[in-house]
Amino acid sequence: MIPFLILLVAAGLTAPTAAVATAPPPIQLVSPPAGIRAFDTPNDAGKSITIQWTPGKEGKTETWLVERTGPEGPKVVSTNAAGDIGYLDEEVKDRVHYTYRIAAVAGADTVWSNPTPAVSSSPQLFNTARLNILIAMVIFFVLVVYYIETAKKGKNLFVRRIAGLDAVEEAVGRATEMGKPIIYVPGLGSVADIATIASLNILGEVAKKVAQYDSALLVPNRDPIVYTVAREMVKESYAKAGRPDAFKPDSVFFVTGEQFAFAAAVDGLMVREKPATNFFLGMFWAESLILAETGASTGAIQIAGTDQVFQLPFFITACDYTLIGEELYAASAYLSREPLLLGSLKAQDYGKLLILIVVVLGSILLLLSKTPAFSVFSHIAGFFSIN
Amino acid sequence: MKRNIPLAICLGMGILMMVQFFVPHPISVGFYDLTTKWVRIVSAFAVVLGVGSFVMYHSEKLRRRRAGWLYSIVALVAAAVSTVVGLAWGVKQTGPLQSYIFTPLLVPLNSSMFAILAFYMASAAYRAFRARTRESALLLVAAFVVMIGMVPIGAHVPFFWFLVVMAVALLVAGFVTRSKALLIGTGALVVGLLVWPAFWKFKVPRLMLPDTAEWVLSVPNMAAKRAITFGVALGGIATALKVILGIERGWLGGGKQ
Repeated sequence: MIPFLILLVAAGLTAPTAAVATAPPPIQLVSPPAGIRAFDTPNDAGKSITIQWTPGKEGKTETWLVERTGPEGPKVVSTNAAGDIGYLDEEVKDRVHYTYRIAAVAGADTVWSNPTPAVSSSPQLFNTARLNILIAMVIFFVLVVYYIETAKKGKNLFVRRIAGLDAVEEAVGRATEMGKPIIYVPGLGSVADIATIASLNILGEVAKKVAQYDSALLVPNRDPIVYTVAREMVKESYAKAGRPDAFKPDSVFFVTGEQFAFAAAVDGLMVREKPATNFFLGMFWAESLILAETGASTGAIQIAGTDQVFQLPFFITACDYTLIGEELYAASAYLSREPLLLGSLKAQDYGKLLILIVVVLGSILLLLSKTPAFSVFSHIAGFFSIN
Repeated sequence: MKRNIPLAICLGMGILMMVQFFVPHPISVGFYDLTTKWVRIVSAFAVVLGVGSFVMYHSEKLRRRRAGWLYSIVALVAAAVSTVVGLAWGVKQTGPLQSYIFTPLLVPLNSSMFAILAFYMASAAYRAFRARTRESALLLVAAFVVMIGMVPIGAHVPFFWFLVVMAVALLVAGFVTRSKALLIGTGALVVGLLVWPAFWKFKVPRLMLPDTAEWVLSVPNMAAKRAITFGVALGGIATALKVILGIERGWLGGGKQ
């Protein structure tokens, strides 16, 4: 009886085992992704982990699954398309360890990779991708300070002629002779724009000349803060010129914050007042041509300037003189001839020379880096790219 | 004192904002967000000054019956109505300010002003294309290349034959207007046309007008734009530095030290 039972049990146990051994192994259509890297996203404010991988050698993956395992357990955090082999996980907590694994999905087949080593995110104190900007800024600051100090010592600094700024005196004089006002538009930008600050500095110099020549000045404004600063600047310029009594508080006024309503109001002002001179200096957008063409139709001398590259052609076409880009920033130094301000102009010129050298060197290095022997140059050239 | 305190604030905040640009830490980001909010709050206060100036300016114009004083009535009434409606019913998307003032009045008026730009462009283009100097003659040719290169018919025009037509047109215009600049421009074009077949012999691909237009935009035009951008960036940094260091202090306005 016992040998029979043993045989029976043996048969019962061995029969299914034999069946399993003969079943075909599952066919994997794809191989798991390789080279999975999970790391703290560099140069950020934390709470972010970057995951990158490369497709496996076999099969055609349809989608990728990204699984994160943290204190709350495993969770699929992203489903990526076949060509998308990276993921930025921004739902993590700083200084908490996570592991990731990636699955390649093809049809009903899902093949998971091994989990990555534990990784955690943390905020950085310095953005290393901006190191090149920091170096450039330090060099430029040193140049500015050096030339300002040189100017302080009384060294004569040559500044090239800028026709648009030389014409300011003539334009103000013309207004006096004609008995007509001067309209000065300090752009449509806010006081946070450097072009507006540059324009306000020029306004100070123009207002001084207007006060000396006893002409009338009208300054319409779009931004309330710009209006407040412009009013103070004009008032101070009149005082500096020894004519505080000639300042009219309503000569500097706020019009409206609406772009085209402002353009319509200034157009109306030009048509009614028929000014002798118009200044359009600062930030301008689509209204630049509307203002400049209306001004040209009234027969006024027009001096314009902006750092907006797309508006420059309109001003060049419709105005008598145009300050192109950096000339706008140079204007206050040029008009006041203050050595301290002229020093910074000189630094700008040397800054441009440095940029020119970097552009030429960078171009040569990039060309050389295309040959395998000099491929290291691509890293040097890459240092100059801005992030 | 009235000047020194703002200068000290400017210096401190300027340095902090520069440092902030290089520090991605949440404290730095939070500081940036905070200052942005401050700017908005200060702007809100400045609006009061702006409205005060607006009312004063138009009231004075109305009182003195200066030219265009009727428009001042429109401006003051529009401002008053908008303020009353805004205060009474709010500035919601479905409120009367949006439904009866902004959408049916302000939007079409803005669009009309923007539409006028097309006519101004035509008159500005006319002025720019009057080939009075060598530079403007060059501008004229470049502008025509880009304009015709960008329209569908341009795809069928070989650049060489376009230049031939331009040379003939400039020559005729030069003789009619007796413009020296135009004749010099024509001469340059003719030299170019004579040199061209020499390149053709060496199997230079036939250039069509859109290719040339693309080249004009992406090479000489882009180079000029980048040069201006470099200058603007340096000028901006220099101006900012002058303001931060207190060298440029006109923005402080009047007042005693």
